[in-house]
Amino acid sequence: MNAVASHKKPPRVGDGPVFRRVLIGIVLILGALLILAPLLVIGHEAFKQGFKVYTATLSHPDTRHAIMMTVVTALIAVPINTAFGVAAAWAITKFDFRGKRLLLVVIEIPFSVSPIVAGVAYLFVYGLQGLFGPWLDAHDIKILFALPGIVLASMFVTAPFVARELIPLMQAQGRDLEEAATSLGASGWRTFFSVTLPNVKWALLYGVVLCNARVMGEFGAVSIVSGNIRGQTNTLPLHIELLYHDYQAAGAFASASILALLAVFTIIAKVALERRGAGRRKTQATDAASTGH
Amino acid sequence: MEIRLDNVVKTFDTFRAVHGVSLTVQSGELIALLGPSGSGKTTILRMVAGLEYADGGHIYFGDQDATDIPVRDRGVGFVFQHYALFPHMTVGENIGFGMSVSKVKRSKAEIVARVNQLLKLVRLEGLGDRFPAQISGGQRQRVALARALSVDPKVLLLDEPFGALDANVRHDLRRWLREIHDELGITTIFVTHDQEEALDLADRVVILKDGKIVQQGTPQEVCRDPKNAFVLKFLGDANRLTGEVRDRQAHVAGVAVAAAEGVADGPAEIYARPRDLDWSAAGPGVPASVARVLDRPGERRVIATASTGEPLEFDVDAERDIFAGEQGFVTLRRAKVFALG
Repeated sequence: MNAVASHKKPPRVGDGPVFRRVLIGIVLILGALLILAPLLVIGHEAFKQGFKVYTATLSHPDTRHAIMMTVVTALIAVPINTAFGVAAAWAITKFDFRGKRLLLVVIEIPFSVSPIVAGVAYLFVYGLQGLFGPWLDAHDIKILFALPGIVLASMFVTAPFVARELIPLMQAQGRDLEEAATSLGASGWRTFFSVTLPNVKWALLYGVVLCNARVMGEFGAVSIVSGNIRGQTNTLPLHIELLYHDYQAAGAFASASILALLAVFTIIAKVALERRGAGRRKTQATDAASTGH
Repeated sequence: MEIRLDNVVKTFDTFRAVHGVSLTVQSGELIALLGPSGSGKTTILRMVAGLEYADGGHIYFGDQDATDIPVRDRGVGFVFQHYALFPHMTVGENIGFGMSVSKVKRSKAEIVARVNQLLKLVRLEGLGDRFPAQISGGQRQRVALARALSVDPKVLLLDEPFGALDANVRHDLRRWLREIHDELGITTIFVTHDQEEALDLADRVVILKDGKIVQQGTPQEVCRDPKNAFVLKFLGDANRLTGEVRDRQAHVAGVAVAAAEGVADGPAEIYARPRDLDWSAAGPGVPASVARVLDRPGERRVIATASTGEPLEFDVDAERDIFAGEQGFVTLRRAKVFALG
């Protein structure tokens, strides 16, 4: 019976039950091993010596300062990079100009360059022996081994995230909508906020979430430019490394749990926002359909 | 409002899209810019709209030089080929957008009232709360038109307005657009590559080729008196025979056709529409053999080869018996002769 049925309706390529189960199994096992297990270990290790030790580590001034540094860095770097990404995507998709392809390549550079290389490069530009070093020193402006350096390095690493999400979408959408809005008398700002932005908001949001996650987690570039001064220029990832090297496993895991928590929060925020958007659209659609008849 | 183009030029990088086009559109006129792709018709339309700036020449709206007025302030209604409706706004919000961003402030109630009036005009009452994705292509195009009309434009510009629609819808919308135009009396320019659409709809047809105007006139003028072979071929199917002009008569395979005054003696091309050819089993005429017969609802289209080797297409009555391989003669009831070279 079964053989006859399958004879009549041959399964599509790769649609056999065995193949399907094996594939799903592999993905689940790898996902558990590579992604879920480390997260669980962080939680377990962080609380292994009890809740008291956990809170004590987190309330340590150095840890609190590191958390603050990370949040402040994200609060500065993410909005700037969002603005940069939107501007770059707009320029590339809505205008024709010389060097457009070059700009596309330049935006991609941080993706392919190791962050530590970026850190070293910043050292040579803003360091004492660097390009602007003497001038900065003479004017008493501190960039390296201070917050500005950390923000700059984080911004370099995360510069492409927003632009990369927006460019393909905006390219596919073309210029018609903006042209239509302008021909109806809308100003540039009005066109952007009422027409362009609503049509790219989910891609933009996704870019911002990725950018934020990366800024908070960035290690390589920041470790070079920050100088790792405990309680002064340590961000959370640097602080975790420091604790780890000090044989303070519990502290390291506790701090790591905070970083992981921040990441989970970002993801939840993203999913929630997406849900709300999708839900809103669906109710609008059903309302419209019911009033239409 | 009268629209006047004075020697307008547009160049893209190295490619010259429009070469010195001059054109006057009377107030309240409906004109078609007709041409194959790459003829510059859309570029001209976009320059009138201000979506593209002219590299040379001037565009006048009435007495005002509008060449450098940005699209935002030019006061045109533009309908895009793919509608360009804002997907995140309802039909009503789309139509109201122009009024809500206008420098002339209007109350919400005024905008709603005007939106409903426009919905009625384009016969979409009750669909104001739908989203563009929930209505058909023809309905979308009507929303796009209502949106363009909402800002009381001085001129209405339509870029291939029916290009993305299927044949039946296109036919209805064409008639409907003409009705709306007659009702509102707004100066309208539309772009198309479909000669039937241009002839059906427009008061005047402007035929373009390679960024230049080849001919302009009423549908009757361009159909009855095409200036050259390009216009004649572009307006519809035509058979081409090469012959020789002597004493205002074009001769081909023993048949003589009257040539217009001014056609020089020497080699010439003779054009005739399929329905202007007659078929007979016995001469006189151009000897030909039938290659294939295509049956159509109203007639039979015959594909034949003339003794000169040139392909011929003509129509015979639906009842007529005619077979592939049959030999016979073709006479030309009406033809146009153009000197070659």
